[in-house]
Amino acid sequence: MAVIAGRPNRGALLPARLSALSSSRAGSLTIFIVRRVLWMIPVVFFVILITFFLMHLAPGSPWDRTGGRQLSSVVTHNLDIKYGLNKPEYQQFELYLWNVAHWDFGLSYQYEGKTVTSLIGEGIPYTATLGTLAFLIIVPVGVGMGVLAALRQNTRTDYIIMSFATAAASFPNFVVGALMVVLFSVEMAHWTQHAFFLPAADFGLDDHLIMPVITLSLLPIAYTARLTRASTLDTIRQDYIRTAWAKGLSERLVVLKHILKNSLMPVVTTLGPTFAILITGSLIVETVFNIPGIGRAFVVAVTSRDYPMILGTTVLFSVVIAIANLVVDVMYVFIDPRVRLT
Amino acid sequence: MALAAPVQPAIDWEVPEQQIGLWQDAWARFRRNRLAVAGAVLVVFLVLVAFLSPLLVHFGIIIDPIKQGVEHIEASPGQFGHPLGTDELGRDTLSRLMYGSRISLSVGILVQGIILPIGLAIGLTAGYFGGRIDNLLMRITDIWYAFPDLLFVLVLVSVFGPSLLSIFGAIALVNWVGLARLVRGQVLAIKEKEYIEAARSSGSPPIKLILKHLLPNALGPIIVTVVFGIPQAIFLEAALSFLGVGIQPPTPTWGQMVFDGYEAIYANPTSVVFPALAIGFTLLAFSFIGDGLRDALDPRMRR
Repeated sequence: MAVIAGRPNRGALLPARLSALSSSRAGSLTIFIVRRVLWMIPVVFFVILITFFLMHLAPGSPWDRTGGRQLSSVVTHNLDIKYGLNKPEYQQFELYLWNVAHWDFGLSYQYEGKTVTSLIGEGIPYTATLGTLAFLIIVPVGVGMGVLAALRQNTRTDYIIMSFATAAASFPNFVVGALMVVLFSVEMAHWTQHAFFLPAADFGLDDHLIMPVITLSLLPIAYTARLTRASTLDTIRQDYIRTAWAKGLSERLVVLKHILKNSLMPVVTTLGPTFAILITGSLIVETVFNIPGIGRAFVVAVTSRDYPMILGTTVLFSVVIAIANLVVDVMYVFIDPRVRLT
Repeated sequence: MALAAPVQPAIDWEVPEQQIGLWQDAWARFRRNRLAVAGAVLVVFLVLVAFLSPLLVHFGIIIDPIKQGVEHIEASPGQFGHPLGTDELGRDTLSRLMYGSRISLSVGILVQGIILPIGLAIGLTAGYFGGRIDNLLMRITDIWYAFPDLLFVLVLVSVFGPSLLSIFGAIALVNWVGLARLVRGQVLAIKEKEYIEAARSSGSPPIKLILKHLLPNALGPIIVTVVFGIPQAIFLEAALSFLGVGIQPPTPTWGQMVFDGYEAIYANPTSVVFPALAIGFTLLAFSFIGDGLRDALDPRMRR
């Protein structure tokens, strides 16, 4: 909010803000953060526990072939020994936890000789790039559309924005992705000079990103816009906004300083869930556009019952979401001094 | 909701003789919401299609959705007597689309039918009695929310196999928590109200209190949540099918049709477009109904 020049920019820098907090609040803030970080441990533990035992409860063994010749019992026995499946379940679980603590997620069943860690490592650049770009679009576009719709409530602008948001929230991302491919890569291929072709073998990060990023960000943009609109409508009815108008502040100042700052509070809390939406979105978008990221790897692992890979990616996803929620909660405390620390 | 036509109250709320009940009022306001009515009409149409399509096949009005035709593969709409064309095995797109509505609608509605009693029972108990059940519910919710829906459903289906039962069960399993939490919140808000206090002090037993006083007052938001849960479940099933772990062929589902058409997108782009639009508009219809119900059932929206 650089617009408000000439005023002390309180709250922009964390250390300055911390010192502005009363000492008791700073103390309870530390306790709050520590408690939230510690709470992540049981959450991740239970995620591993549930997923691990689901995998081992699964009827049949990972060596079953669907149709065709089955492996001989000697081979499956040796495979069991190789992957440690002959030990009791609780020992396998203990070993798995110990290995995960050392950043070792085991060997993939599907890709001979590859570790889950290396497979995930190969996918991370793609998924991270896609997610980051989507995130950079979602926040400004979603918030901008929401504020605009609220300020022009019940006008044509509002209706257009909200119709877009409703449609974007209803059409699933694989439908949007597939329809975009039909439109831009197939029907309009001649007109766009094949600029939007589908990468068949080699997905490069330098191009091919436009359609995946748009597909991935539509749903979160719709959510953000709806929520921002509702919270802005709530804010502009407040007395202090009427006061701000009444004392003759410019529209720019009222909107940016008084309305936006307050209406963004609820929006911040959705940034955590937005991460979750992006992760599930990446499963689908990477499948639609053939991107070799973690989401695609997870879907492939699910269809081929590659349990260590499923387990590893699930743990990774839940840790990312837990961290995102933690960061949002802590951020919220800094942004809104009224938040009670519990 | 912003799309809703401006509500023009035909009834003067200030005149006591004209007062009507909540449900009549809600119905009157739902009817005035054009988008919600359009959504409801589309859903009724889909239900009819779902029920009638086997009959239509039986009497030969539409083609059997599983019948393959080698000579008619990838037909464009209108070709060889296939109104919407055929897929890569020469199966009729229109009848597959009509049969697909059976899976989508039953997933949407059955899943809500499964989770409604569970969510109600757990939410009411947790909210009303508090204590250990409440604590447990909240902890489960915390862990559940660390798993995104689609991820959890995929894991469950990969474990239990892509049968109809495991898909319905998996979708229900990830969705009951949200409903239970909402019911709990409603109960917590309502149970401190004076009329509950009055009922309790006049000796009403807890069961009667919950069923006669708490539940009816919490019903509005519960109905809205259940209705919004329907497109959610339809989406999950379609996404599973699209990712290849949904209900297995030859049963036609919309998600699978998008996937099949997508594989052959350069040969016949229309085979993607029809199922994609079917999914999109069905979800849109349910969310219009949900929006309409929310506006209609919220008494604060009166006037």
